[in-house]
Amino acid sequence: MKIIKYLILILIILNLSSIKAEDQINDLNIKITKNLRCLICQGQSVYDSDTEFANSVKILVQNKLRDGQSEKEIYSYLKDKYGEWILYDPEFNKNTYFLWLLPVLMFLVGGAIIFKLLIKTKY
Amino acid sequence: MTSTIGFYSLTFGLVCSFLIIFFSVKNFNNSQFFDNKILSITFLQFFFVTISFFSLILAFVYSDFSNETVFNHSHTTKPLFYKISGTWGNHEGSLLLWLLVLTFFIFVFLLKSQKQKKEYRILTSLIQQVIIIGFFFFLIKTSNPFNYIFPVPAQGLGLNPILQDPALAIHPPILYLGYVGSSIIFSSALAATTLNYVSKDWAKHIKQWVLVSWIFLTLGILLGSIWAYYELGWGGFWFWDPVENVSLMPWLALTTLLHCILVLEKKLLLSSWAIILSIATFTLSMSGTFLVRSGILNSVHTFANDPERGLYILIFLFCLIFLSLFIFFFFFKFEKKKKNLFWLSKETAILINNWFMMYFLSVVLIGTIYPIFLEVFSSEKISIGPPFYNKLIIPFLVPFLLAMAIGPKLKWIKSNFENKKHLILFFIISLLLSILIIRNLDISFLLNTVLVTSAFYLFFITSRDFFVKGFKRLSQNIAHFGFSLLILSILFNNIFSTEVISNLKLGETLENENFKIKFENIKEINEYNYKSIKGKFTVQDLNGSNEIMYPELRIYNQPNIVTSEADIKTNLLTDKFMTMNYIQNQDYFNIRYQVKPFMLWIWLSVLLICFGGLISFIKKYEG
Amino acid sequence: MKVKFLPFFLVILLIFVFFGFYKGLQNSNIYTPEVNLKKNIPSFTAKLLGVKNEISSKEIFKDDVYYLLNIWASWCVPCRDEHKFLMDFSKSEKIEIIGINYKDKIKNARNFLNELGNPYEIIISDLDGTLSIEWGAYGVPESYLIYNQKILKKVVGPISLNNFFEIKDLVK
Repeated sequence: MKIIKYLILILIILNLSSIKAEDQINDLNIKITKNLRCLICQGQSVYDSDTEFANSVKILVQNKLRDGQSEKEIYSYLKDKYGEWILYDPEFNKNTYFLWLLPVLMFLVGGAIIFKLLIKTKY
Repeated sequence: MTSTIGFYSLTFGLVCSFLIIFFSVKNFNNSQFFDNKILSITFLQFFFVTISFFSLILAFVYSDFSNETVFNHSHTTKPLFYKISGTWGNHEGSLLLWLLVLTFFIFVFLLKSQKQKKEYRILTSLIQQVIIIGFFFFLIKTSNPFNYIFPVPAQGLGLNPILQDPALAIHPPILYLGYVGSSIIFSSALAATTLNYVSKDWAKHIKQWVLVSWIFLTLGILLGSIWAYYELGWGGFWFWDPVENVSLMPWLALTTLLHCILVLEKKLLLSSWAIILSIATFTLSMSGTFLVRSGILNSVHTFANDPERGLYILIFLFCLIFLSLFIFFFFFKFEKKKKNLFWLSKETAILINNWFMMYFLSVVLIGTIYPIFLEVFSSEKISIGPPFYNKLIIPFLVPFLLAMAIGPKLKWIKSNFENKKHLILFFIISLLLSILIIRNLDISFLLNTVLVTSAFYLFFITSRDFFVKGFKRLSQNIAHFGFSLLILSILFNNIFSTEVISNLKLGETLENENFKIKFENIKEINEYNYKSIKGKFTVQDLNGSNEIMYPELRIYNQPNIVTSEADIKTNLLTDKFMTMNYIQNQDYFNIRYQVKPFMLWIWLSVLLICFGGLISFIKKYEG
Repeated sequence: MKVKFLPFFLVILLIFVFFGFYKGLQNSNIYTPEVNLKKNIPSFTAKLLGVKNEISSKEIFKDDVYYLLNIWASWCVPCRDEHKFLMDFSKSEKIEIIGINYKDKIKNARNFLNELGNPYEIIISDLDGTLSIEWGAYGVPESYLIYNQKILKKVVGPISLNNFFEIKDLVK
């Protein structure tokens, strides 16, 4: 009897962890597909889009996540097939140095100007 | 027939421009008083454009398909309301609307500026006419709403059904009131610069225009978001889509300008910066027009693309920019005396506001146009979407909100720390409250807590000011309070929204830990210009409360488009949102059900912000 | 000094921006993924249409033969337009047509082929669309000309008359 109870307990625990894992996979799937751009309805994310392509991508991402692939690997795969364009979050590479750094630069320049204006009054 | 009237009215309006310029130049030097002929011809110009606009409306209402624009964008089975709003739901008609508002606003400006100096009024009117002439030529040469087609088709091509929505019907007119208002500010700023009139008096005078423009621009953006939420069916209201960004950029510049004018009204500070912002706001509006109508951007909302039109607007835009820069650098009298600024003062607070706003503006601007330049210079194509904007804007919101709370409390010139205990007290309350809320949730703790804390802080500080300060600075208080409510609503909406997506067959039930959804039945109804397929779903949530949702699929006949109409149940606390989509070749439907708390508060808070501006506008007329 | 330098800098910046926009106008705003020609075909295993058997890419694509891989579906309207070109190609000995049936029901696919003719040497089934993604396709129809494990040409959308002649030339 006890063995059966333990077996059931183990089964439940195993199931729980796989349920939690499935939950995490679903969450990650949502995160990834929200970051992918649909090639057919080019103004929507794959997550929001209902086109055949988007549905296929969602299934593909789910399969790859189940296989244990990481977010980065999935992005890399899709980038290889469709180009960097498919990612909504622009990567930080030689194409996008200016993109990410310019606004920060503007912020610093603005701060410097104000700082200079305020410093002057101390003297 | 209406097309002929419409077209000739336009040309008469253009002639008026030249007459106005002629009389303005003459009047500039010859007399002490403003020549009222200028006012009369300005009215005449507005009158002609109104006739032209009404002719176009009539052509749409009577489905006059000899008019190419009507043929391209209308259909006899369209409901009357949308026949009328279809007038400005296309490129040519919307440009005619621009002209209508342009000629109207300059007329109102001349009417309302009778106490101002003659030279200032003339010069503002002159610069405005340059803009108006540009639009007249653009319209007549590349975007004529009165082109004939022969033989006359029996039926039109129809208006895209997602544009047949009440919010979208009034969204362009409201938005254009904002854009055109900024053109008046532009002309006025350049006129004031030329005449060395950038002073407190000028600020007091132009403030009303800044407020009007700002209120309409805010409302216009709100309407666009409401339309996106109710009509587009993805459950979101802002996607950082290029066309959305294009309306946000002038708004950011205009809000910054508003704050600068409030300073300039009281002290002669930041005057050069106010002029730059005035130039920038209208430049951004025009750039927006360029980006949206030229086909250079990839977006769901762009008009049909036409590079010839794009080139024209581009050249026009840059002429305006060079003109304004020339006037600024040639005429502006920079102050030789450096102002003294104490670090803990209202002036500094406004500077900090400007600093952050310009940063936000640069993020949106760079994010929107970077792909264009990258493709031109390296042939690489990338996308820039919500993750980029969120990463760069959200962290900076925290100090921004805090500054918004403390800034208004600082005195002009110099402040000190007495009697400010409540500032610290509210901070602690906000922090504790946020921790309490965020603690048990499965989300990024630090970022969300800090964000919610700073939003709560602004919320509490402004709420307290209602009771303590009363009607003093009411408009600022309401607007800032509205902004804190907006951020709180968006944050909580984001944090507490739930969604389930699934495929369901007729009669099937989906059950998970949060809801039970049953696909009850489907009804097919033939409507006036579409076939409706409505699903009935009963949704039972954890509390046992039942909701019946009717998401719909519409198959339009002309143009042949299928749209998915979400069923949205709104109440004060939360929205329930369901869409149904058809899956190719299968007998089940794809169902999305979302529970979205505080949606209504997002809209209400923006209305509150507008209301704050409105109070400031009305106050001027009382005191 | 600083004030004099600023307008000069601004003018340069504005000319740069103008140039960028001017050139940008000439680029298309719709994105089509770049086709990396001379790329190797993906290796895969897939089910044949209508049967339980699987087949691998190695078994399908032999050397020294031209293959035209065509992604199609019975519910896809443009597929009907290009079908006549496929039938023409199937008559030639130089080229073999391989079909990927995309998200389709077997019955409908068979009816489609009965009605318009079957040009396909082999038909693979892609029920969830993931195999097409492996090929870098995103819509229906799409076609790939393959020789010696490399992609020579890709057609997005139905094969037009021009495409037909281009492919015929390449296969000579």
